[in-house]
Amino acid sequence: MTDTDGAVVEPVRVSFTINGGLLTLELDPRVTLATALREHLGLTGTKIGCDQGQCGACTVLVNGRRINSCLTLAVMHEGDSIATVEGLGTPEVLHPMQAAFIEHDGFQCGYCTPGQILSSLAVIEEIRAGMPSHVTGSLEGPVPLSDEEIRERMSGNLCRCAAYPNIIAAIRDYAGAKP
Amino acid sequence: MKPFSYERPATPAEAIEAAARPGARIIAGGTNLLDLMKLGIEGPAHIVDINRIGLDRIEDTPEGGLRIGALVRNADLAAHPRVRQHYPVLTRALVSGASGQLRNKASVSGNLMQRTRCPYFYNTDMACNKRRPGSGCSAIGGVGHNFAVLGASDACIATHPSDMCVALRALDAVVEIESAGAKRSIAIADFHLLPGDTPHLETALQPGELITGIVLPSPLAGTQIYRKVRDRASYAFANVSMALVATVEHGEVVVERLAFGGLALKPWRVEAAERGPRDPDAIADIVLAGAKSCTETAYKLPLVSRMLAAALETVQ
Ligand SMILES: Cc1cc2nc3c(=O)[nH]c(=O)nc-3n(C[C@H](O)[C@H](O)[C@H](O)COP(=O)(O)OP(=O)(O)OC[C@H]3O[C@@H](n4cnc5c(N)ncnc54)[C@H](O)[C@@H]3O)c2cc1C
Ligand code: FES
Ligand code: FES
Repeated sequence: MTDTDGAVVEPVRVSFTINGGLLTLELDPRVTLATALREHLGLTGTKIGCDQGQCGACTVLVNGRRINSCLTLAVMHEGDSIATVEGLGTPEVLHPMQAAFIEHDGFQCGYCTPGQILSSLAVIEEIRAGMPSHVTGSLEGPVPLSDEEIRERMSGNLCRCAAYPNIIAAIRDYAGAKP
Repeated sequence: MKPFSYERPATPAEAIEAAARPGARIIAGGTNLLDLMKLGIEGPAHIVDINRIGLDRIEDTPEGGLRIGALVRNADLAAHPRVRQHYPVLTRALVSGASGQLRNKASVSGNLMQRTRCPYFYNTDMACNKRRPGSGCSAIGGVGHNFAVLGASDACIATHPSDMCVALRALDAVVEIESAGAKRSIAIADFHLLPGDTPHLETALQPGELITGIVLPSPLAGTQIYRKVRDRASYAFANVSMALVATVEHGEVVVERLAFGGLALKPWRVEAAERGPRDPDAIADIVLAGAKSCTETAYKLPLVSRMLAAALETVQ
């Protein structure tokens, strides 16, 4: 294969599961996971904001853990299980976190929203698993599902429209937490 | 991004062999390397993906310490029960860094090897002795408030961005390294290099060497604290950060270990400041001996004693 500059590139075969379906792709190894999802698989729910790990718009779950799909090569994910926003719900049957974002006006333009939603689902799991954060008091006890914890853990997802208070409200509501 | 070939070895030995190829570069989490490759600052011809070679465990050492595999992710290291209990300064440093997403991906070895965040290193239109040796340092006299105030040179005033490494310096961690047929270890104190007139040489790691892990000595007694001052409350690199271990002797708080981030191109620790004076200003004077600041970095100097005073107040 040749790239747009005419350079010869050796394609690499990679197989992974996306939203439950197994796929095999032949890719230029330079293709990031974010670009593979968007350009090669048409899964444009995953957004690219900064392409540098600084905004979180590209957040997906890999083997259940949230990562920035812009800072990882697709070919590094052989055998992995990847979840994107397309796998969460449908317009008719929303995932309860998606419904909570609508209920609480957790967005304006919506560009950051898929990343916010995937990140927030992982945040709740991380809190329940007792993973510490920068604002966690004792490192030995369970972690409270507080606004402070949610806010700190969501700091890797920027929202240019500044819907932050409503995003926190949506996550709190979904998780059954108190303000 | 420049084209590269890609290889995914299955063992550390295979990785060492693959990484010895000309133009080869190891990728772990990729969170630093890929960023720099996109910007054209790094351009390896061959990428060796070490994510499937193991080295992802945390084990007790016979000496009562911990051996941490190179591929342990920052999030898992921070959450490990023994790290939380016996090395809390390391957990605190890790969770103060980057974001939840990045910590899930970032590895111990990649964090050790991460490159500076100096804006002039990142701007390929500007001179930078790290990027292009001999081209000059645009940061000197340039715009920015996060340059080094200690250990800098006429060739480079960048800082090392890691939080984890500051805690490792206070804990006297050791870096374990393997190359074809050989193993060695380096004290964290000797791992990162000061710029001198060769700022492009950043660590003691030699071509063909693989970091296999780090070892923490047996735990220290006392209170462990990590403080980080930054431009915003979360998801930002340190302006100044501090790893502190303190004990109480005869009702007096004693500084046992003290290391700073954000001041230099390596975690900054002056052993003479430990178990010495009790007064934060006097301790800061020792830490800051030889410091050189400019108008934009002068704020870093008083932060040293203020952060220390605030932290010591919480030690009982
Ligand atoms: C937006 C953003 C914010 C951040 N904020 C912070 C922060 O506040 N504090 C902080 O400390 N860090 C921060 N980071 C940096 C982050 O911690 C590093 O990017 C990460 O630790 C690098 O680890 P990695 O495994 O992804 O490394 P990679 O990108 O995979 O590798 C980095 C380097 O290490 C080399 N390498 C990796 N493993 C080995 C090995 N086993 N042997 C030899 N060489 C090896 C690679 O060849 C490469 O040169 C931030 C990063 C981003 C993108
Ligand atoms: S696009 Fe990946 S973090 Fe911004
Ligand atoms: S809703 Fe517009 S960026 Fe978040």
